[in-house]
Amino acid sequence: MRHLMSPLDFTTEELDRLFDLANDMELHMEQYAHVCEGKKLAACFYEPSTRTRLSFEAAMLNLGGKVLGFSDAGSSSAAKGESVSDTIRVISCYADICAMRHPKEGAPMVAASRSRIPVINAGDGGHQHPTQTLTDLLTIRSLKGRLSNLTIGLCGDLKFGRTVHSLIHALSRYQNIRFIFISPEELRVPDYITDLLKEKNIAYEEVIRLEDRIGRLDLLYMTRVQKERFFNEEDYVRLKDFYILDRAKLSLAGKDMLILHPLPRVNEISVEVDDDPRAVYFRQAQYGVYVRMALIYTLLDMAEQTGKCPAADRTDSFCSTTNKKEEHLC
Amino acid sequence: MLNVGKIEEGFVLDHIKAGMSLSIYHHLQLDKLDCTVAIIKNARSNKMGRKDILKVECDIDTLNLDILGFIDHTITVNVIKDGEIVEKKALFLPKEIKNVIKCRNPRCITSIEQELPHIFVLTDPRREIYRCKYCEEKCRKRW
Repeated sequence: MRHLMSPLDFTTEELDRLFDLANDMELHMEQYAHVCEGKKLAACFYEPSTRTRLSFEAAMLNLGGKVLGFSDAGSSSAAKGESVSDTIRVISCYADICAMRHPKEGAPMVAASRSRIPVINAGDGGHQHPTQTLTDLLTIRSLKGRLSNLTIGLCGDLKFGRTVHSLIHALSRYQNIRFIFISPEELRVPDYITDLLKEKNIAYEEVIRLEDRIGRLDLLYMTRVQKERFFNEEDYVRLKDFYILDRAKLSLAGKDMLILHPLPRVNEISVEVDDDPRAVYFRQAQYGVYVRMALIYTLLDMAEQTGKCPAADRTDSFCSTTNKKEEHLC
Repeated sequence: MLNVGKIEEGFVLDHIKAGMSLSIYHHLQLDKLDCTVAIIKNARSNKMGRKDILKVECDIDTLNLDILGFIDHTITVNVIKDGEIVEKKALFLPKEIKNVIKCRNPRCITSIEQELPHIFVLTDPRREIYRCKYCEEKCRKRW
């Protein structure tokens, strides 16, 4: 049984297979509409979430499964003081797979260590949010056609943004990646990230002005300055509108540059940019559903349980070209 | 010159950084042993200038080398039998330590679930960096 705690839990080859499956689900949604019939997803959200929880629920419903769970700690037994270890033992009796979001870092890992069902980390404090990273990677791979040979600009809060840190880690495993970090001095990417890049000999530069580098980017990953990460209201107010991507700035970018954002967007991307074909952040949310579908299907080992993958019958599918090592997925 | 009688059976921890012997004494839980323990502080050392030494008259197996390696892997461990040094044990940075130090990250799950062991994993041997197994917070101080 496998869990997903960090985006690095999967090798790049395993990610390729997961993304192939997600793309197949995107194209042949109807063929996967009943593959998880009789299976239940426990969506255990100890803190409020809109996109991630609904994305998980939509993913399971798209596969024909059912969803149960709670959407804040107050309506769960945590309010009575029950430990995560005890809660997951009980949930293992009710559901087949669990997606857990928890404000405390490492809580899903504790759950996974006690669980009899696969556990997916749906975000633990400022620590990890692996399904967001898988969403980002799938979006890039689907729309750019590759995860290597890219110049990636990350802009905004690079200090506290967990999605940014996870994405850098995940992309650093691919060939010929170059990062451009665009942030105010106070929100620079942490040293441990730049140390990692130096160790791996990955090129990066740090700049303050977005306009200076936007023309060189294949991808621009915008982030929100999150109020909850600041102890000081004054600092938050000063930095929250430091970057606003508008039409004027976007006119300096290449015609193929993609704009990604983990959402929710506040002020950092002007709504006038939304209709630009390079703005793909809402498509990114759609890819989030596909990748979670593929993840649930894979962690439940449905291909193994049902004997075959819906893609196996189609001659044009990724399954028809997979080698023996990859057969377990089909 | 201060004389501390030599021990017949046990171990001597030499080349402890001056001032650290009491901390090591507690981390190794030597206070719980019913045997002779000599703590020598600020001894003169050609190599270090000043150093601490711990002499413990009990079986070497009672010593947790992982904890000692975590605290300072440059300490010399001499095993004594019949009053003579019979072995020098090498110390290594352990891959994982359990319940030696506590995670201080207030957002870590260990801050609310008391029964969880505090586990730190060696993530960067070159720079001797340990991180909490749950939240990956860096261990700021080795003792």
